[in-house]
Order: sequence, then structure tokens, then C-alpha cells
Amino acid sequence: MMDDIKLSNDQIAWRAAQDIEDGAYVNLGIGFPEKVAQFTVEGREPVFHSENGVLGFGPAPKPGEEDWDLINAGKKAVTLKPGAAFFHHADSFSMVRGGHLDVAILGALQVAQTGDLANWRVGNKGVPAVGGAMDLVHGAKRVAVITDHVTKNGDPKLVETCTFPLTGVQCVTRVYTSLAVVDIEDGHFVLREKLPQISFDELQAVTGAALKTQGEVGDLVVPEL
Amino acid sequence: MDKTLATLAETVADIPDGATVMIGGFGGSGAPVELIHALIDAGPKDLTVINNNAGTGRIGIAAMIDAGMVRKMICSFPKSSDPRAFTERYLAGEIELELVPQGTLAERIRAAGAGIPAFYTPTSYGTELAEGKPVHEFDGRPYVQERWLKADYALVKAELGDAMGNLTYRLAARNFNPIMCMAATTTIAQVSKIVPVGGIDAEQVITPGIFVNRVVEVPNPQQEELLIRSGATYA
Repeated sequence: MMDDIKLSNDQIAWRAAQDIEDGAYVNLGIGFPEKVAQFTVEGREPVFHSENGVLGFGPAPKPGEEDWDLINAGKKAVTLKPGAAFFHHADSFSMVRGGHLDVAILGALQVAQTGDLANWRVGNKGVPAVGGAMDLVHGAKRVAVITDHVTKNGDPKLVETCTFPLTGVQCVTRVYTSLAVVDIEDGHFVLREKLPQISFDELQAVTGAALKTQGEVGDLVVPEL
Repeated sequence: MDKTLATLAETVADIPDGATVMIGGFGGSGAPVELIHALIDAGPKDLTVINNNAGTGRIGIAAMIDAGMVRKMICSFPKSSDPRAFTERYLAGEIELELVPQGTLAERIRAAGAGIPAFYTPTSYGTELAEGKPVHEFDGRPYVQERWLKADYALVKAELGDAMGNLTYRLAARNFNPIMCMAATTTIAQVSKIVPVGGIDAEQVITPGIFVNRVVEVPNPQQEELLIRSGATYA
């Protein structure tokens, strides 16, 4: 039943975009989090940061108009918005760790109720690659995760303790899932919004740690996209 | 003062076996493809290579790995659209990997250039990449000690250069290049155009010439991404 009602990735990204303020400095992780930029709320102008030394990049250029000196952290060609700036890698990560970014949005394999995040490798096999993930989880004023609520096998991704290798400890502040919006406060998951079609108990059953509530839980209402 | 050299071959001719070589660029953006290929022609072995990535396709750093020149990679993200060269050697145990978070990699390089032997960062605290490293608490939060990262040589790509070694960069091709210029004993820059001294306005210089030892002009440099897409190889 959950599969029929759960939000699509576009809808999760849309919900996350609603919380990005006008003028916010934002880093979006490679892959799924990049979608959040597509749903920027009209009238707001966040400034997007890319690890490879760009502030203020815009959408991809038309095919054939790529300039491969102008790419984002995912190594995709981008364009510049007026007021954009270039800088070297040490300055770029000074922006990250130095507390200058307002929001970082990342994907997740698992998020623990303590705010621990695992999102960079599944086990010990293959070639490990970390990129900027371990830096991005430190320094942004808000570190949010967008993710399916459960894995493809139906296992919870919101857990008491991560079992995959950690990206950072006590770093995530909010999780936008395919079923709910959950904050992390004082070592607990606090449910802020859930799809109106599911009950609290149904949501708890697919969540790997206790969901607390503070006051009323809002309805997670997202347009068809 | 004249730091310019006429050919790519002479700029890299003295890089010995066992050297540690920083190579600028982030993926293909800012990658000094022509310098890398000149180094392959020179053929030193047992190199330690420092780059954000570990090569793509069969050109650039990937071609160095294919040529068996690289003993160890120090990088943050050894994956790409075509990572065969590194992946095969790594899984066969033929190449060593030191995996470093990207911001820590940048700061270790910057610290080396700035004469700071170690620093503390929140990055990697509590993860397997912090294992064995000293941890210290500052203002109630734990931080991991990281050491500077130096090199014998740096190969970088810039846009304009002059005989004093002053450099500018094009778009996001700046990335690791300026900090690598600072962190190596000998920095070799390939530039798209050499201009007369004074031809770069002092206010526009991005890397001051004090950090650069050799400059070689490579007009219309190849773009790594386009080479990869065309299936080019270098051997």
C-alpha cells in the first residue's frame, strides 16, 4: 500500500525546496538532491554552491553549448547566473566548514535518530569514494536529507543506529522522506508532517526508531508533478 | 626573470622515479592533459599522484595508471564515468589508495603551501577515515588532526601566464590548481597563452608567480571531457 501513496523523488525534492529561503546559500549533493533546484519557489533566489569552486550556478546549458571548464560537483556542465563567483578548492571548503552555507541537502543510505548519517559506502567491497560528503555534513546551518522512507527491500532507512559506514555523527537536522518530514532533536526523531493517507502507527511500523511528536503533526501535501 | 620553457618535454624531464606529483583539475575541468601526456612520454615510475579523482577513460591520469607509472593515488573520489584504469589495478592490489575527504584534501594541500604542518577539522570525525588520527576537543566539539600534504612537483593548467609565473584561470578550471601551485617544491604550469610581463593586471593575478617555477604555452589545450567522449586513448 505504501508504494501506491508514497511521494515520488520529484515530490520529495519539491517539499525540500519549500524550506529554502530567498537568498539562502545552498549546496545540493550529487544525484537526487540536485533535483531540489528545479523546484525553487517562485520569487525566491537561493544561491547554489558547488564544491569545485562556483557560487551562483544555473541550469544545464543546451546540448552542444557545454563549456567543460564550467561544471558542477557532479561533473555536469552548468551555466552561470548574474553575480556568480569562482574560487579555489580551499576557499570552497572554507565556505562549507566555516558555517557560511545556510543549507546542505544530501542523500542517505541510513539516518540515525542521533543525526548520524551514512551515505558514502555500503561495505568493504569495491572502490571507496567519499568526495565532499564528509565535509558537507559539517558547517551548514541546516543539514537536510532527502530519501525514500525505506529501502527497496522495505527496510527502514530511519534507524536507531546506522549499520553502514558513517559519513558524519550528529549532523543531520531534518529528513524529507517519501512519507514524512522528520526533524532530529536531542537524539530523537520528531515527526513534523506525514502523508494524510497513512496513520501514525503505519508510519512508525516502517521507521526503525521511535517517532516522537511535539504538538500537532502537519499533513504532508505535495502537488502532482 | 624568465620561467618560460619552450617545450612540454623539457618542463617534466627531471621528474624522477618515486616522485610525489600533484595534478590539478576536477575531473576534466582544469586538468593539464598535455603536461600529463608529456610526463607519460618521460616515463618515471613509482609515482605518488595527488588529484581529486583517479582518471577517466584511457587518457590523462588514467593513461598514467595504464602505463604502470603510479604506485599510489591520494584522492577523494576515484570513480568516474569510465574508471576502469584505476578500478582494475586497485582491485588487483597493484595500486595503493589513500582516500581523503575532498575538503580535507584541499586544506592539507593549502596547509602545506602555507607552512602549517597540521590542523584540526570536524570532517571525518567518528568515521573510518579518522581511524588512528589524533582527536581534540575545542569549545566542546571534537575535531580530527590532519597533516599537511606536500609534493615534489605540481602540474597545473592555467589560462594566462607570464615569464614571472603569474597565472589566471578560466571559469571553474581553477579548483585545485592555485593551492597545488603553493604546495609543491617545483610547480609546472601549462597556460593557454603566455603574455608579456605586465600583461596581466596586478589586480587580476590569481596565482602570484612566487608559487610557480616553470611556464609552458599550450595554445588551444585539449578538453579532457571531449577526449573521453571521443574514446581517445594515450599510450
